[in-house]
Amino acid sequence: MPERIIVPFGPQHPVLPEPIHVDLVLEDELVVEAIPSIGYIHRGLEQLVQKREFTEYVYVAERICGICSFMHAVGYCQGIEHIMGIEVPDRAKYLRTIWSECSRLHSHLLWLGLFADSMGFENLFMRSWQLRESVLDVLEDTTGGRVIQGTCKVGGVRRDIGQEKLDEMLRALDPFEEQCRDLGDVFLNDETVKYRLQGLGVIGKDEAYALGAVGPTARASGVPSDIRETGYAAYGDLGFKPVVETAGDCYARCAVRVKEVYASIDLIRRTIDGMPEGPLDVKVKGTPDGEYFSRVEQPRGEVIHYLRGDGTKHLARARIRTPTLANIPMLVKMLPGAQLADVPVVVLSIDPCISCTER
Amino acid sequence: MSTMAFLKRSPWILHYDASSCNGCDIEVLACLTPLYDVERFGIINTGNPKHADILLITGGINTQNREVVRNLYEQMPEPKVVVAIGACAATGGIFRECYNITGGVDRVIPVDVYVPGCAARPEQIIDGVVTALGILEEKRAKMAGAARMKDEVRHAEQAGEST
Ligand code: SF4
Repeated sequence: MPERIIVPFGPQHPVLPEPIHVDLVLEDELVVEAIPSIGYIHRGLEQLVQKREFTEYVYVAERICGICSFMHAVGYCQGIEHIMGIEVPDRAKYLRTIWSECSRLHSHLLWLGLFADSMGFENLFMRSWQLRESVLDVLEDTTGGRVIQGTCKVGGVRRDIGQEKLDEMLRALDPFEEQCRDLGDVFLNDETVKYRLQGLGVIGKDEAYALGAVGPTARASGVPSDIRETGYAAYGDLGFKPVVETAGDCYARCAVRVKEVYASIDLIRRTIDGMPEGPLDVKVKGTPDGEYFSRVEQPRGEVIHYLRGDGTKHLARARIRTPTLANIPMLVKMLPGAQLADVPVVVLSIDPCISCTER
Repeated sequence: MSTMAFLKRSPWILHYDASSCNGCDIEVLACLTPLYDVERFGIINTGNPKHADILLITGGINTQNREVVRNLYEQMPEPKVVVAIGACAATGGIFRECYNITGGVDRVIPVDVYVPGCAARPEQIIDGVVTALGILEEKRAKMAGAARMKDEVRHAEQAGEST
């Protein structure tokens, strides 16, 4: 029997922009067990609700994670609005949808780049990030911030996008979509990419469901779960269908995200077309008293904000369950059987976001 | 003198996320990609602290990360420069009151350059790196001066012994 050795992976590792630590138990080149340990980014943000007023906490919620920051703000605000019985104006809901989908676009393009990098496909990495910059330009133009937007607030949104800008975005979407399709074509059809990804880290539908996977990681295994289907913000009006693949390997997880890029572009187009007129926010009076589970679909999957208020300016409790935490059990099951050289690809295939996970 | 005239050599950077929100980290990575492309100046991102001249560090450093940060810093060869990126690396920023946050990189390792912003913009980060290059050059000159002085003293002593 080959000797077992333990290789530490992380916390500081070239393919990981963030620190996570995994102990890999190897037999020769083959991984037989993976033991993750987290805690390098834990800051204690949930407890901060007791120090920040509930309207201010939006800024903290945005900084739970810098990649899906806008969606965290949406999740938090929707929770508070539900507790307080605030009806958000339609235009605000549509604007939230546009910014959410822009965030998803930039997050998926970011991930596609990092994923290409983990395969050693350097110019694909650069190309993905180059395309991502055009999304960031739109975000910066409309919100003032590239990665942290700060436009979502309890009761609505803080900024409007003028009709002129909306038309400009609409015009820019066609060439952008074409470029994305060219990029996606490489991820989906290139022989070397397929060779690296197909059959790697396979998880079947039932197992994925049992492990509680969420987001693209679950959808790649055939579990059609997407919180956008519940119709929060403007998704209810847009008629939304999740992207599902069935193979459950790294290639399928990549394919889901590539197709979601196309889907997001389409969603933005339809949101702009259906943009209603009206006010941007309503006045927030009183304090939250009650509790609510707010669910939002982030690029990585479903995030849950549990909020409980006791009628004071400070919430009594917040609990945030983020998608990566739900997907780590999948990762632990995917790694055994992989070659050591494939570990970075498999780890990235769940799109780990550690600062979300640890809050 | 143009700012880039500092760039006598090709400085390698090491990036570490010490309990940040990720916002500044993706901006650091954005500096490496086509729009900003710092590689054209010879600045390369390395994963190996032993190869690095400049440590780009983000975040307010939590209890578990303190050892890792110190370890990374100690593994880097002299001369080395530390650039703290973002408000939370400077003071703890928005996370200052969190129970698990040390509050600022300079509580754990010495910092040479602070880049403001939450999130810091890629242009600011590049600016910080360019400032770091100047400091790196100064440190190198100082080290070379100290080494020369030591040599001279040793030679003088040897000369004294032989007479
Ligand atoms: S400075 Fe702000 S954006 Fe940057 S890592 Fe800290 S909290 Fe995030």
